[in-house]
Amino acid sequence: MEKRVQFRAPLLPWLLIAPQVLVISVFFFWPAAQALLQSFQIEDAFGISTQWVGMENFNRLWNDASYLTSFKTTAIFSLLVAVLGIGLSLILAIFADRVIKGAMFYKTMLIVPYAVAPAVAGVLWIFMFSPSLGVVSYGLGKLGIDWNHLLNGSHAMTLIVMAAVWKQISYNFLFFLAGLQSIPKSLIEAAAIDGAKAWRRFWTIQFPLLSPTTFFLLVINMIYAFFDTFAIVDATTHGGPGQATSILVYKVYYDGFKAMDLGGSAAQSVVLMTIVIALTVVQFQFIEKKVNY
Amino acid sequence: MNFKIAAVALAAAFTVSAQAQTEIQWWHSMTAVNGEWVNDLAKNFNASQKEYKVVPTYKGSYAESMTAAVAAFRAGNAPNILQVFEVGTATMMASKGAIVPVGQVMKDAGYKFDPTVYVSAVAGYYTAPNGQMLSFPFNSSTTIFYFNKDAFKAAGIDTAKPPTTWPEVALAAAKLKASGHKCPLTIAWQSWTQLESFSAWHNVEFASKSNGLGGMDARLKVDSPLHVRHIENLANMAKQGLFIYKGRENVPEATFISGECAMITTSAGFYGNVAKNAKFDYALATLPYYPDVPGAPQNTVIGGASLWVMAGKKPAEYKGVADFFNYISSPEVQSASHKRTGYLPITTAAYQLTEKSGFYKEKPGTDIAVQQMIRKVTDKSRGIRLGNYVQIRQIEDEELEQVWSGKKSAKEALQAIVKRGNEQLERFEKANK
Repeated sequence: MEKRVQFRAPLLPWLLIAPQVLVISVFFFWPAAQALLQSFQIEDAFGISTQWVGMENFNRLWNDASYLTSFKTTAIFSLLVAVLGIGLSLILAIFADRVIKGAMFYKTMLIVPYAVAPAVAGVLWIFMFSPSLGVVSYGLGKLGIDWNHLLNGSHAMTLIVMAAVWKQISYNFLFFLAGLQSIPKSLIEAAAIDGAKAWRRFWTIQFPLLSPTTFFLLVINMIYAFFDTFAIVDATTHGGPGQATSILVYKVYYDGFKAMDLGGSAAQSVVLMTIVIALTVVQFQFIEKKVNY
Repeated sequence: MNFKIAAVALAAAFTVSAQAQTEIQWWHSMTAVNGEWVNDLAKNFNASQKEYKVVPTYKGSYAESMTAAVAAFRAGNAPNILQVFEVGTATMMASKGAIVPVGQVMKDAGYKFDPTVYVSAVAGYYTAPNGQMLSFPFNSSTTIFYFNKDAFKAAGIDTAKPPTTWPEVALAAAKLKASGHKCPLTIAWQSWTQLESFSAWHNVEFASKSNGLGGMDARLKVDSPLHVRHIENLANMAKQGLFIYKGRENVPEATFISGECAMITTSAGFYGNVAKNAKFDYALATLPYYPDVPGAPQNTVIGGASLWVMAGKKPAEYKGVADFFNYISSPEVQSASHKRTGYLPITTAAYQLTEKSGFYKEKPGTDIAVQQMIRKVTDKSRGIRLGNYVQIRQIEDEELEQVWSGKKSAKEALQAIVKRGNEQLERFEKANK
């Protein structure tokens, strides 16, 4: 049965969504259109002379080997951030859901990282892992691991993934916890009476019922990893060593805001936008079919 | 950002009407000790006359204040004076409609502006190919060498004869390592100290067209045999644990202050920090060189920042800017600034005044940077001024890191710098036709 509400006056629905449309237009459509426009231009820093160059900004990207490598870096980074971020927060949510004493305290502590700005998160992690001064790198040295994210690309990648995941865990945790708490206790109790152990109860009841939440978080985390992580990279590795942590969004930020190459930066952001739109469509087309609402 | 600009504009509007003084907005990037210096300059100038009021505003790092000024210019709210780092010089020079040449501003205000009173390596850098001075040299620095005397003594190295050449540096590093020192040498601003200043110091080209001073069609030349030799040497030192890489830009400086690293090449502007915070005996020395290279040592290149006058303001404001520049370029003010900050004195008169005051005898080593700069410069050593230089510095960092980690040979990395850097130069040429 269709649950759609029918409006009689044709104007009312438009009026109702107008505020939202306005906000999206100002903060998304307008800048996106401008980026699209600028991606076909080359402009000097102060915007005195502007030339239309057609596809040149894009052609330059395809011919730049380092830009193509950046795709691989971004794919690895985003996948790690999404999988680890969702996995860890799910585990935390399950345990927090079971805690009886001091539940409020645990929950609050788990939500705190969300209040930390990405750049500050980056700085916190760099303090702990600084090769000569960091507490963690000192400890790792004692264990025989010579931690040096200044020259070791894998170490640098590990560092930004940890910082990005840590930053996002609270958000995921909140949604999972809410999801778990909305599952009727009677279902789980019934399964327990039937003799299902904890793991089986989780796998056959809780996890499938959480799938809308998981799916939503997958989309959100992908978008977070793609767009929202440049401040962490900027505060920790600056894309180095070499270009080991130079993810797409960091290049957009760097070329646009630090190097003031607006045309090149705009072309990159158009590419990034296309990828994320494509990924979101794919997720909705294929993965959503496995979701039980 | 727009809100901030609006707030500044609003504040400016109110104060102007209240005091009937012409306000001069000055955006800068000086923090801590140097921030106080900038404020004092403005305060003293404001106290010296009644017509103008210079208002210094801290706008974030060099890159941030430049971005802020670009945004403000596009919105029609640019400041009168903008401090821009040397890396942004080519961009500013190419933006003809956005700036007014300093030479022009001074001439219009009736000041006799004589570029020859400035230290030539400093003034030459900010002068257009047609001889007109485009920006006002403000805080100029260069690259020098610092070492930890206590660590040297512990390793049995004669501190009276510090290493002046790269072979001697390698030798000292080996002794330091043998005495148990974990980080004998580190390098800050690797692209500035080991490629740019290194080139000028050995009188070899960093880029064609007089390192970009002669025109926008300059291309990088850092894959020469001498450059390859030097980077190879450093790579070998890195492999042996004699040179330890500690990060980009000025990040490695902290490891010298903490005593972890015994030698460092970095900016002369690091002196203030060392003097205040180092808990050991230290000394300053000239940048090392290769003694078998003819013409070495020549001079090191300029770094730091200059003041640019933005276009589209009222005539009275330009007069105020000229008065202010005239005030801060007097030998007395210059010399005081030099002593206070460690930045170079930008006029020869200021240098002589400082020398006469006995400052260099009192604080040995503070004249090293000046000595490295006050020389007759050649076309290869006058300075490096390239477009899209922010990106090129990033490329240099990326490629050099590959050498230090052993992923690329010196030659491969330097060739990659030339190739990738030249793409940036071509693009800059195209955007600023």
